[in-house]
Amino acid sequence: MIKIKNLHKKFGKLTVLDGLDLEIGHGGIFAILGPNGSGKTTLIKCLLGMVIPNKGEIEYQGKNVLKEWDYRNNLNYLPQIANFPANLSVIELIKMVKNLRPKQANEQHLIELFGLQPFLNKKLGNLSGGTKQKVNIVLTFMFDSDLIILDEPTTGLDPIALIYLKELIQKERYKGKTILITTHIMSVVEELADEIVFLLDGKIYFKGSVPKLKEQTHQENLERAIAKLISKQYHKETV
Amino acid sequence: MLKILKYSIFDLLRSRWSYVYFVFYLILGFVLFFLNNDVNKAIITLMNIIIVLTPLIGTIFGVMYYYNSKEFTELLLAQPIKRSKIFMGQYLGVSLSLTLSLVLGIGIPFVLYGLFKSASIFDFGLLIVVGAFLNFIFVALAYNIALSNENKIKGFGYAILMWLFLAVVYDGIFMILAIKFKEYPLDKFALGAMMFNPIDLSRTLILLKLDISALLGYTGAVFKQFFGTSKGLIISLLILCLWVLFPLFRMRQKLLKKDF
Repeated sequence: MIKIKNLHKKFGKLTVLDGLDLEIGHGGIFAILGPNGSGKTTLIKCLLGMVIPNKGEIEYQGKNVLKEWDYRNNLNYLPQIANFPANLSVIELIKMVKNLRPKQANEQHLIELFGLQPFLNKKLGNLSGGTKQKVNIVLTFMFDSDLIILDEPTTGLDPIALIYLKELIQKERYKGKTILITTHIMSVVEELADEIVFLLDGKIYFKGSVPKLKEQTHQENLERAIAKLISKQYHKETV
Repeated sequence: MLKILKYSIFDLLRSRWSYVYFVFYLILGFVLFFLNNDVNKAIITLMNIIIVLTPLIGTIFGVMYYYNSKEFTELLLAQPIKRSKIFMGQYLGVSLSLTLSLVLGIGIPFVLYGLFKSASIFDFGLLIVVGAFLNFIFVALAYNIALSNENKIKGFGYAILMWLFLAVVYDGIFMILAIKFKEYPLDKFALGAMMFNPIDLSRTLILLKLDISALLGYTGAVFKQFFGTSKGLIISLLILCLWVLFPLFRMRQKLLKKDF
């Protein structure tokens, strides 16, 4: 479904992606992990066309995406920080995003699921961080697309909302969707991810299932297995 | 693009600052017309204020809107919309809502004063056109600066410096050069220098239209010869158009390479 070849991206002197190759098939939940600053968000943003790579190719559903824009109609993206125009109300924002996409939206059950009815007519500027994140989730999941990209979706959510979010993600998986998710919360990865894509030094350092990762790092626990992968980078820096 | 434009205007019309700006012009217009019975004088005072204030407000609003809506722009960038359309929509939204505040703010007192019966309607029209141009020019320049600077404080700083340069410093340099080289015929140079500054160009355009160029002496006569004719007027308006188009072109180029 997604093919990335030899992707390079530099921000000034800082090399973030350094010849990254990645192929993601159709269907399943893929957790993109890596230490802070390893290029997870940059990789996602390259796929979305928000960051323009220095070199490399990206294909989505067999078509080149660089400099294109209409392919985005078939993917949903949840950004890391939800910040909306303070003057709009929740319902106006939802209507606006619906209006911008030539696609059927199904927001009603999501609004009910996350208990957003009392906030619908409130200005976005007056909402708490967690409520904004719920609005963000509604905006992402209300469209039916083959690819869903979630960048730190759990930020600011209360435990119940978190459970609902996980269920929502599972449901989408059963519908055959491809879901890319970045997070630092390992329990979410362990519970949801079919495959882990581990980024280090701007390349894919590991790609495979959770049991395979545990086996390769000789660790019982996912958190420790990931810590072991990351620690290689820390040790390298001290040498 | 029209959808983005619609929402930007919608968003701005709900912001308190659009109304503050509108009410400011409204009060200014009423005070000028009802305390001062000479329409020409009122227009000159208005011109002096508009020519300095619209660029300043356009610059500040442009920069502020860009930085304030940054995260929201990111949300839009992930939607199936072309990049340039998002920014053109926002740019037109800011420029149009500022122009609306200006037109309504000074238009209402003018109409109540009985403008349609007076001969000043063309002068007033020119004032509005020039004010609108200044809005579009300075919002475009502000957007350029904001797009090139990730750092908010730096972006604001450069934008204010740009305004200060074009509104104040440019004239100062011009004056110094004029005094320094007063032995030489300077009218061609002055004419040229005026074209490179939209504020000066607008001011000269209005002053000459108001027919007070007699006060400006020989150089005034040269200017009058240039601006007073319809050819001069058209050339000046074309140059103002270029002042809008050039920053927009650069904005487009910048957008092709920018990371968000």
